[in-house]
Amino acid sequence: MKGMTVIVKKTTQLMAGIIFLYGAYVIIHGHLTPGGGFAGGVIIAGAFILVTLAFGSDFLNLRKEETGSTSTENIAILVIILLSVTGLFLGTKVFFLNFLPKGNVGELVSAGVLPLYNIFVGIEVASSIFIIFLALIIFKEEESI
Amino acid sequence: MELAITIITGFMILGAVYAIHARDLLSAVIACGIVGYGLVICFLLLKAPDLAIVQIVVETITLIIMVAVVLDSSREEAYTKLDSQGYIHALLSLIILIAFFYFFYISISDLDLLGKGSLRMAKAYIEGAAGKTGSANLVTGVVFDFRGYDTLGEATVLVTAVLGVIAILRLKGKK
Repeated sequence: MKGMTVIVKKTTQLMAGIIFLYGAYVIIHGHLTPGGGFAGGVIIAGAFILVTLAFGSDFLNLRKEETGSTSTENIAILVIILLSVTGLFLGTKVFFLNFLPKGNVGELVSAGVLPLYNIFVGIEVASSIFIIFLALIIFKEEESI
Repeated sequence: MELAITIITGFMILGAVYAIHARDLLSAVIACGIVGYGLVICFLLLKAPDLAIVQIVVETITLIIMVAVVLDSSREEAYTKLDSQGYIHALLSLIILIAFFYFFYISISDLDLLGKGSLRMAKAYIEGAAGKTGSANLVTGVVFDFRGYDTLGEATVLVTAVLGVIAILRLKGKK
C-alpha cells in the first residue's frame, strides 16, 4: 500500500497524537462524562487507521502489526472475564461484583472496578476495529505476492 | 424539536432510497452515510450524547471500510432481469410491508408520548444508579454494573466477528 502526499503526511503527524489522546481521555473519564470504552476505543482505532492510510506501509510491517493487535485483543477480553470472575471469590458470590471501594461520586478515582472495565473494553474494541481494517489490506497484498 | 427530527428523518429516507437505486456503488456507500450522520443529529436533539459519540465515530470508520471494500471489488452493480421467482418475491415483500404498516398503525395509539416513558424499571435505574454504583455517568453505571452480562456478550460478539473476518478474508493458508 502506497502512502499519500507530503501535505497529508505532515497533517497526520500533527493530528494523530491529539486524536489518540482524545480517545484515551474519553475512555479514562468514561464513568464521569459521556462516552466510555466503546466510543473511546473506536476513536483510538481511528488514529491508527489515519496513520496507516497516510503513510502506507510495506507488507512485512503490517503483518507484524496484525499479529500484535490480535494478541492485544485476546488478552484484553481475557482480563475482562478474569475481573468479572474475581467478584465470585470476594464477598458476596456474584458475577460482575463491584469489589473495590466506591469513593466519592464525581472524582476521577471512584466507582470501584467500572473504570478498569472501561479501559480493557477500550483496548479490545480499538484492536478489533484495527484488525478488520488491516485484514482488508494485508490479504489483498498477500494474493499479489 | 419534533419538526426538526421529522425533516432530518425525511432526508435520511431520501438518502436510503438513493442508495438502493444508485448505479455507482461508491455513491451508494456515501449516500448510506447520510443515514448515519442524520441519526447522529437526531441523537443529539434527543439528548443522548453517549450514543451520538459512538454513532459518529463508528459511522466514519464503517464508511472507510466500505469504501475500501468497494475499491477492492467492482464499482458497478450487477443487474438481473425479473423472472417469475422475482415477481413472487416482490409480491411477498409488498404483503409483509402492508401487514407491518397496519400493525404499527393500530399500536401507535397505545405508545407513550415522545420523551415521557412510563416504564417501572427505568425509574429505578435513574434514581438508584449513582448511589449503588458510584458512577457519575448513568450510562456507564447501567452498562457495566446492572447489565454486565450484556456488555460481556457484546465484547464476545466483537471478538467472534473479528475471528470470522480473518478466517473468511484469508485467501492463502498459513504455512
